[in-house]
Formats: sequence, C-alpha cells, structure tokens
Amino acid sequence: MQLATTSTHLIYFSSVSGNTARFVEKLGLPAERIPLFPSEEPLQARDPYVLVLPTYGGGEGRGAVPKQVIRFLNDEGNRNLIRGVIAAGNTNFGEGYCLAGDIIAAKCQVPLLYRVEVFGTPDDVQAVQEGLDRFWTQQSTTSR
Amino acid sequence: MTVTDPAHAIGKSIPLVRAVSAINWNRIHDDKDVEVWNRLVNNFWLPEKIPLSNDVQSWNTLTPEEQQLTMRVFTGLTLLDTIQGTVGAISLIPDAITPHEESVYTNIAFMESVHAKSYSSIFSTLASTPEIDDAFRWSEENVNLQKKAQIVLDYYTGDDPLKRKVASTLLESFLFYSGFYLPMYWSSRAKLTNTADMIRLIIRDEAVHGYYIGYKFQKGLEGASDERKQEIKDYTFNLLFELYDNEVQYTQDLYDSVGLTEDVKKFLHYNANKALMNLGYEPMFPKDVTDVNPAILSALSPNADENHDFFSGSGSSYVIGKAETTEDEDWDF
Repeated sequence: MQLATTSTHLIYFSSVSGNTARFVEKLGLPAERIPLFPSEEPLQARDPYVLVLPTYGGGEGRGAVPKQVIRFLNDEGNRNLIRGVIAAGNTNFGEGYCLAGDIIAAKCQVPLLYRVEVFGTPDDVQAVQEGLDRFWTQQSTTSR
Repeated sequence: MTVTDPAHAIGKSIPLVRAVSAINWNRIHDDKDVEVWNRLVNNFWLPEKIPLSNDVQSWNTLTPEEQQLTMRVFTGLTLLDTIQGTVGAISLIPDAITPHEESVYTNIAFMESVHAKSYSSIFSTLASTPEIDDAFRWSEENVNLQKKAQIVLDYYTGDDPLKRKVASTLLESFLFYSGFYLPMYWSSRAKLTNTADMIRLIIRDEAVHGYYIGYKFQKGLEGASDERKQEIKDYTFNLLFELYDNEVQYTQDLYDSVGLTEDVKKFLHYNANKALMNLGYEPMFPKDVTDVNPAILSALSPNADENHDFFSGSGSSYVIGKAETTEDEDWDF
C-alpha cells in the first residue's frame, strides 16, 4: 500500500482585489486559480482538491457564490473531485458571513472546513495548514 | 446636530474636479466598480423600514445610566457618519482613478447621510427632546470624540490622495466600532433588537465601503516607488496608533461606568486588524487581545461561532453524500 505523501491540492477563486489569492499564497500549497474572465481557458480539475473562495454580496444572500465558481462547478468532472471548501468573508456581513462556503458545502455534500476573514491572520494560516494536513491524510487513506 | 461645515471650520477647502466627462457604464475600466455599485444598490435600505417603535418597551427597561450611555454612543456615531457623508466620501471623488469610481463614492456619501439620519430616527422614537439635546451637547463637549473627528478631518483636507483613502478606510472599518459594540451588546441580551437590526444594516454598508476604499488605496499604491510605499505604510500605522490611543480614552469615557471597557477594547483590536487588511497590511493585534466576546460576535453574525467549521469545531459528523447536478440558476439563492 502506498502511503499518502502528497499534500493537499487547492483550487481557488479570487477577484481583482486578490484577498483570497493572498491567503492561498500564504498557505504555500500547490494551487490553481479559476480564471477571472470568460474569455480565458476554463480550468479543468484533474485531481481531488479543496476549493477556496470568497463570498460575494450581502444582498440577502443572492449572488454569494462568484459566477466564475458556479461555472467551474457546473462541470460534472470538476464537481466530482471537490473534497472540501474553505470560505473567506467578513463577520460584518452578518448572516452573509462566508455564505458561499455554506452553499457549496450543501450543494456538493462536502465539509465546510474553515472560514477566514479578509485574507486571514497568521493564526488562520497555521490552523488551515495543520487542518488540511490531517484532512488530506485521512482522505488519502480512506479513499484507497 | 449642526456639524457646521467641518471643511470650512478648519479653514481649508476640498479640491473639486476641474472638468467632467459623462460617465459611460458601457466601457468599464475596473470590474470592481460595477460589482461594488451593484452590491451597494442591492443593499439599499431606509430607516423607515425598521419597526423601531417596537423597542420602546425594551428601552424603558434600561436604567437611566444605560439610556444615557446609549444616547451618547449614537450621537458619536452620528458625528462620524456626518463627516463621512459630507466630507470624507466626497473628498475621494477628485482622486478617482475611473469615472465609475466617482459614482460609487457618491453612493457611499449618500448612504452615510442615510446612516446619520437613522440615529435621529432612533432618538425620536425612544427619547425625549431634552434627552436628545443633552446627548448632542455631550458629543460636542467630549474631548476625545472631537479629537477623533478632527484627526480624520485634517487628513481629508490634506493634499495626499492615498492618505485620504487611509483615513477614510480607518474611519469606515475601525472608528465606528467603539459605538457599534453597544447595540450588539444589547441585542445579545435581547434588548433593543430592532435598533440592532438597523445597526447591522449600517455595519454591512460600512464593510463594503471599507473594502472598496481599501481596494482603491491598494490600486493607487501599486505603481509607487518602494520609498513611497514605506512612507505610506509608516503613515498608516502612525495614524492607526494615534487614533487607537484616542479610541481607548473615548471607550473609557463611555464604558467605564458600566464595566465594559475591556470587552469593547477587544472588539476594537479585532476590527483594527480588519481595517489594516482592507488596506492590504498584515493584521497587527495578536489573537489573545482580539478574542471578542462570543455573545457579541454572534450578535454581529449569527453563524460566526467556531463550531461551524470542520477544522476548528467539534463537529466532524458530516456525511459524504452524492453530489447533485447543478445549473446556473440553482446557485442563485
């Protein structure tokens, strides 16, 4: 039996403000970005991944999941490989705090692993690195 | 309150744009302008929609000291919203990078005026005219509140566009929170809950404002020299420290008598970190001083508790089900 030596693969979306990209960068894990513009080549997931995304809106929850992420997950191949979701947001949005994470967790039946505010504190980075490490090891061993 | 034309009160005037081109929303330079414009429009609200009068009974259960504290907190917030609506957001217009950015600032300015008026709705619903006058008199005489206003106003009328954005973001994302704490506190004790609903709408608006102005600040800083970047960073942290020191004293003035000062300070640290992040800087306060009272946090955001998360909470009882087919409209919640 092969031991799980690979680290978590991340797929993320970040708008031009780049907060989620910055958080992902700090995690230091292999990551691919969902393209911002429809004119770009769509991303095709090849391996299981954890999705990291910001929450949009605040307008009664409508449009919380960025359109680019919807387009990505509407692809069955991409949807089948999602294993968990990490959401970025701001508690000042009240009920809308990290709502995109809840929506995707429910839709795709995967756990909402963690929520960060803006681009995360150093403590968040550490918690997510450690959490993903455990989660991915568990995933790799149970899926074999 | 007659905040008598603060820009003129300090003997300076704000530069106005010299030429105006019609705004073409069909030629977008920065998608963020459209996204934020749409978000602000969708979030639009007016105080008349909130049934504040349902709080009258609850108001009468507060002690006279608690009522006075609440009135003072709200006059302080009124002052900040007045500044941001009549000076702050307007002062950003001449520096706008895109024409659509100008439109967003006009929206922000208008909503700040709605916020300022909202507090008057609370006052007229809950308090008597002498109580209202008394609270406004206090806001004009409180040294720390006036100093806070003066520090921000000075930067709004200064001639550095990036520094104006820093001052504006710190106002939107940090300075309001010594005041926002109290309605969240009352709400956590099931008091003044309609008032709290209204404050949550204000908090949501300020979050978009702080995010957007901070983003435009970062865009403006992008092409700057390393020397200039360092200058702005030093300026930002110095201003934050200056405002923070004053904010601690203001918090003591308000909350010492009810024993909540330390709790409020944690809320200040927590929000100062987010203000810095909105400006693209790393958070400054460590977690042992940003551990906001969970009751306050859940009054702010009902699902903010850690147990919600798989990594940090105790709940690991999720079931992997079968993922369903999704279409665009499924996601449009």
